[in-house]
Amino acid sequence: MTYGFQRTATGRVVLRVDDVERGLLMSVARQVMDLVQPAEVSPDQDPLAAQVGWVDGDVGISDDPAVARLLPDAYDDPDDARDFRRFTENDLRQSKMQHAMTVQEEIERSGEKVSVTSTDSWLGLLNDARIAIGTRIQISEDNHGELAELPDDDPRSGLFHFYDWLTFLQESLVRCMTPALYGFSDDNVPVAEDEE
Amino acid sequence: MVDASIAVEAAPQEQVDEVVETQRPWITIVWNDPINLMSYVTYVFMTYFHFSREKAEKLMNDVHHEGRAVVSSGSREEMERDVSAMHSYGLWATLQRDD
Repeated sequence: MTYGFQRTATGRVVLRVDDVERGLLMSVARQVMDLVQPAEVSPDQDPLAAQVGWVDGDVGISDDPAVARLLPDAYDDPDDARDFRRFTENDLRQSKMQHAMTVQEEIERSGEKVSVTSTDSWLGLLNDARIAIGTRIQISEDNHGELAELPDDDPRSGLFHFYDWLTFLQESLVRCMTPALYGFSDDNVPVAEDEE
Repeated sequence: MVDASIAVEAAPQEQVDEVVETQRPWITIVWNDPINLMSYVTYVFMTYFHFSREKAEKLMNDVHHEGRAVVSSGSREEMERDVSAMHSYGLWATLQRDD
């Protein structure tokens, strides 16, 4: 089991992963990309709109609750929400794709100790993955205990434990980024060994 | 029509701030959800808005306990930019006119 993200004595952020964890992280990045990837450009789409990344035609919030939460409406008013989405949804999809791709690249070029440089991409991807899974298992403020005690053969059980692991990882990375939030000063932040 | 430049020049700082406020009719609201970590929401407020830790934690607590918090105000364009950024971080945010 991983220690989560750690800051080394020289200030780098690292994540130790075994083969299974590496595979899980690569897979979750791919799944988030599948959810947020922009629709393919259809042959009859306005070429200018396609070029500048505007969504052509009528766009609304997704019927898939996970996608709806990843790409939410910006306005209560449906007309304003649709207009805003037409001009911005593609950029939002691209930014989430970029987070996932960056994480994959950083994992691919590392061994069992992943050198984490794009911390905001990791935080974004971990958060998007938790949103996707949390929405699927219908997590609420007060049903963690109930989900944790599900029998192993319940399909939500495995997802909940995976969600829990991603939560642990994200929390440990936020801790690396803002030690003051956890009562650590710059002088007493816990550090990992910096051996190479 | 009034020549605002003279009035602004002569006005004490407090009054100038009030004038600016009335020209800022849009607000960004961040909503509570059961998934985002309290520490992450605080981190986003500190990183994106450059709020102090105290202010970021207060707003995060407002989101958590009251269900929502107003995190910024300004022109409609500025608020659309803030909402887009919150969505990119994975926070649930909307903008509206400040009634």
